[in-house]
Amino acid sequence: MVDIEKANAYVVERFMEARPVATTMAKALDVVPGLHENMLLHAGPPVTYERMSGPIKGAMIGALLFEGKAKNPEEADKLLRSGKIEFSPCHDHMCTGPMAGVISPSQLVYVIENQTHGIKCFSNLNEGRGKVMRMGAYSEDVLEKLRWMEAVLGPTVKAALEASGGIDVRAILSKALHMGDDGHNRLDAASILWTTQLAPYIVTTAKDTATAAEVIKFLGENALSILNPVMAGCKTMTAAGENVEGSTVVTVMTRNGTDWGIRVSGLGNQWFTAPSPIVKALYFPGFSEKDACPDIGDSVITETAGIGGFAMATAPALVTFIGGEPRDAINTTLDMYEITTAEHKQFTIPFLDFRGTPTGVDIRKVVEKQITPRVNTGVAHKDPGVGQVGAGVVSAPMKCFEDALYAFADKYGYN
Amino acid sequence: MATLKTEIRSGVYYDSAKLMSLQRSLAGLPGIQDAGVVMGTDSNKELLAHIGLDTPEVRATKPDDLAIVVKADDEKAANDAIAQVDSLLAARKASGDQEYQPRSLESAADALPDAKWVIVSVAGRYATAVTREALRLGKHVHLFSDNVSIENEIELKKEARDLGLMVMGPDCGTAMIDGYGLAFANKIRKGPIGIVAAAGTGLQQVSTRIHQLGSGITFGIGTGGRDLKAEVGAITFLQGLDVLKRDPDTKVIVLTSKPPSPKVAEAVLKVARKAGKPVVVNFIARPVTTLRDGNLFFATGLDDAARLAVELANNPPTLTGDADLPLAKFTPQQKYLRGLFSGGTLAYEAQHILYGYVPRVLANSPINKEFQLPDAFVSQESCIVDLGEDEFTQGRLHPMMDNELRIRRLYEEAADPEVAVIMLDVVIGYGSHPNPASEIAPAIAKCIADAKKAGRHLEVVCVVCGTDEDPQNLDNQIAQLKAAGALVDTSNEVICRYVGRILRALGERDETKVEVTGKPVDLEALKKPLAAINVGLESFSANLKDQGAPYVQVDWKPPAGGNEKLMNILQKMKAPRK
Repeated sequence: MVDIEKANAYVVERFMEARPVATTMAKALDVVPGLHENMLLHAGPPVTYERMSGPIKGAMIGALLFEGKAKNPEEADKLLRSGKIEFSPCHDHMCTGPMAGVISPSQLVYVIENQTHGIKCFSNLNEGRGKVMRMGAYSEDVLEKLRWMEAVLGPTVKAALEASGGIDVRAILSKALHMGDDGHNRLDAASILWTTQLAPYIVTTAKDTATAAEVIKFLGENALSILNPVMAGCKTMTAAGENVEGSTVVTVMTRNGTDWGIRVSGLGNQWFTAPSPIVKALYFPGFSEKDACPDIGDSVITETAGIGGFAMATAPALVTFIGGEPRDAINTTLDMYEITTAEHKQFTIPFLDFRGTPTGVDIRKVVEKQITPRVNTGVAHKDPGVGQVGAGVVSAPMKCFEDALYAFADKYGYN
Repeated sequence: MATLKTEIRSGVYYDSAKLMSLQRSLAGLPGIQDAGVVMGTDSNKELLAHIGLDTPEVRATKPDDLAIVVKADDEKAANDAIAQVDSLLAARKASGDQEYQPRSLESAADALPDAKWVIVSVAGRYATAVTREALRLGKHVHLFSDNVSIENEIELKKEARDLGLMVMGPDCGTAMIDGYGLAFANKIRKGPIGIVAAAGTGLQQVSTRIHQLGSGITFGIGTGGRDLKAEVGAITFLQGLDVLKRDPDTKVIVLTSKPPSPKVAEAVLKVARKAGKPVVVNFIARPVTTLRDGNLFFATGLDDAARLAVELANNPPTLTGDADLPLAKFTPQQKYLRGLFSGGTLAYEAQHILYGYVPRVLANSPINKEFQLPDAFVSQESCIVDLGEDEFTQGRLHPMMDNELRIRRLYEEAADPEVAVIMLDVVIGYGSHPNPASEIAPAIAKCIADAKKAGRHLEVVCVVCGTDEDPQNLDNQIAQLKAAGALVDTSNEVICRYVGRILRALGERDETKVEVTGKPVDLEALKKPLAAINVGLESFSANLKDQGAPYVQVDWKPPAGGNEKLMNILQKMKAPRK
């Protein structure tokens, strides 16, 4: 009989010891394992074109236009239906992408290295808020911004990162949690810390001062600048705890706007999925719940690693998204202690007397207490091409965890 | 035709989520079709234009201006809505005093590590699992829930005993721990009396009477009404007794129970006799055959138990134990009594009294058929032989007149190496033998001497029934018997109880090395100020709050939503907590 407690303790220890550092940027095709010319990566568990949510379709159209594989959206859509393009979850390629999470072969990606365990994960550049490809938008202005990002932003950041010798993402997160961030939906402080750390190197490595100013301004004004490196950083933490025999700790949580999916350390790469729920959110002017795409994105890797909704107590400002009060933020975090394995050594919560954030979701506790992980997230429009319509909180569907528990019981003989 | 109304506020900052919240509130007001609340950035202005909420004022805003636009059915609705902006921005939800309620015992235990007790009052079908979880966390359990099967009760109590923990219950209405009441309990002052009760209202009756009589209690340990059933075997009751025995503040112990299994009751009393302090016993429906047996004081009712306990606490009795018994003189083989009676009633009374001390005494005319001595002429084990029965008197005189048969039997019994005690009655008076002691005393002396030669101590005890005015003269008879080495008394009861104590002590002599079952309850921890975790009825938390005891109420829900299959898997996966 396996020692579940021991296995779980080992897994969360790996989560917590992981030290992700942003080292450089590279063309996805050159660094992402298993990626090829005719493949597009997307958020969430695997999905067919037929079941694919609007934002992923939209982002894939945008990606094909950006890659020059199609001249217009109709052609791109035809190509997607043709079967010539392979779709694959980011998580199968050590990647994570926010919202639609579409990563195409020629995109520049951050290289985030877990220097404790030697694990590398990748994520693309953040486009800022509003009408953006990760929300499924693909209009000319969206593509224009992407081209600028590939031509100017990316190379500048790459040079700065390399000149800096690497930026410690975990250290930034630890600080940001003490500055009102949750590490997922609120990254205002972390993005500023990220920008101030990069700025001196941008100034010294950019091709001219105008470029430096433009890049610093873009990074500094985007409260989500660091979201993608944070996600890839969290992925390097949870990847360190994957495939540990006998562990009931969740190593992947993600969704594609159609399904919510999880993976459990002791159950290898098997997906457990359930229909993705609608986010309880506040909507931008002119939008309402009926416009919302069901919950989408790889960004819940932050909650998987012990921050985001789990660290809500550090970010009471976020409770306004659910029309709540600061006490609700505290209670959300306290609830998450009920379903996790450990309290994080690196990420602490001042209000709770610097208690570590709840870390390492245990499927047993989720099922027993009927409490699922709480996630802070953005909301995309359900149709391709529109973009973000709101932000709020969502609870993972119970079915994923119950199915995983049954599978665990089968595999390890607890029936 | 819809009306658009705009309000601009310059130089203010609100968190975007706050603005979205305001926008939602405005859009929900009567007569409002849509609303936009944004800071005046270019992209926001574009957004408003896109949904038909742009006005000249909005177009003129700068990024640090707050723009509020409503689209209303009419002018009035628009004005009413704008008028509410300030109050909506200032709106705070009523902040309840509600502290966080942990969702599980485990996190409640983390929240209140000092809690030694868990009070469980969830529905019976979940109570076993909750109790087991509490034990896993190292907590004593006050199990108020009923509808817990006796099989589960036994399992839980055994698990608890191995861990040095108590499960008080199921269906345990009340308990009092060092001055605090759990569940249904009265306010009883602290004092020198400790109570173990397999009886909820029994505990309340005894403790309230003690309080009314001016005294008080240390602990009132409830066990649940089934604890003294044969199946459960008094697991919790014995733990409670052991706690009170070790507690230096407890000077007197009271044991009370709903009608117990006779066998279990005797087992409990056997332990109670070794408590080293006065123990008042009131087991409902257990016949009281004596008011006192060493340190045990038998009460005739709950009230009597309270009265006795208070009296004993005020005037501590002298407890001598078994120091007056010649126990050390017997060989290890010696364990039996042979009672050779001439009087029928005296023989019956001997049986009756001895059953209060030892479980089995045979007789040729037994009170209880199952103790029939198969052959009246051949003694076995401990037995009472009435030589006045027909089988002995055919063709000869009654033993009150003729000693010959009895003396012959006396020699036989005395020669048996397993015999420790021989009991005889000597009934004098008109009609009896003119000087029975003159024949019996020399025989006794010879028996004792022969036994001594064989390396044994033979205890011979005699009851003499008569007066100093009888022809045989009581004092003369007693003097002869005493001179022969017998222990003599004029009371059959006194002699029987003396014999009973010897037999009981000899019976238990081999059990001195009985291993202690389970782990002893940590008394020190139990005497720390009470803190408890409550799972179930919230009123029990309110009780603790009223008494000033730290507590945590668990926001408990059935595990796995009540799904049996999942619950079963989860149970199997649980490991003991480190």
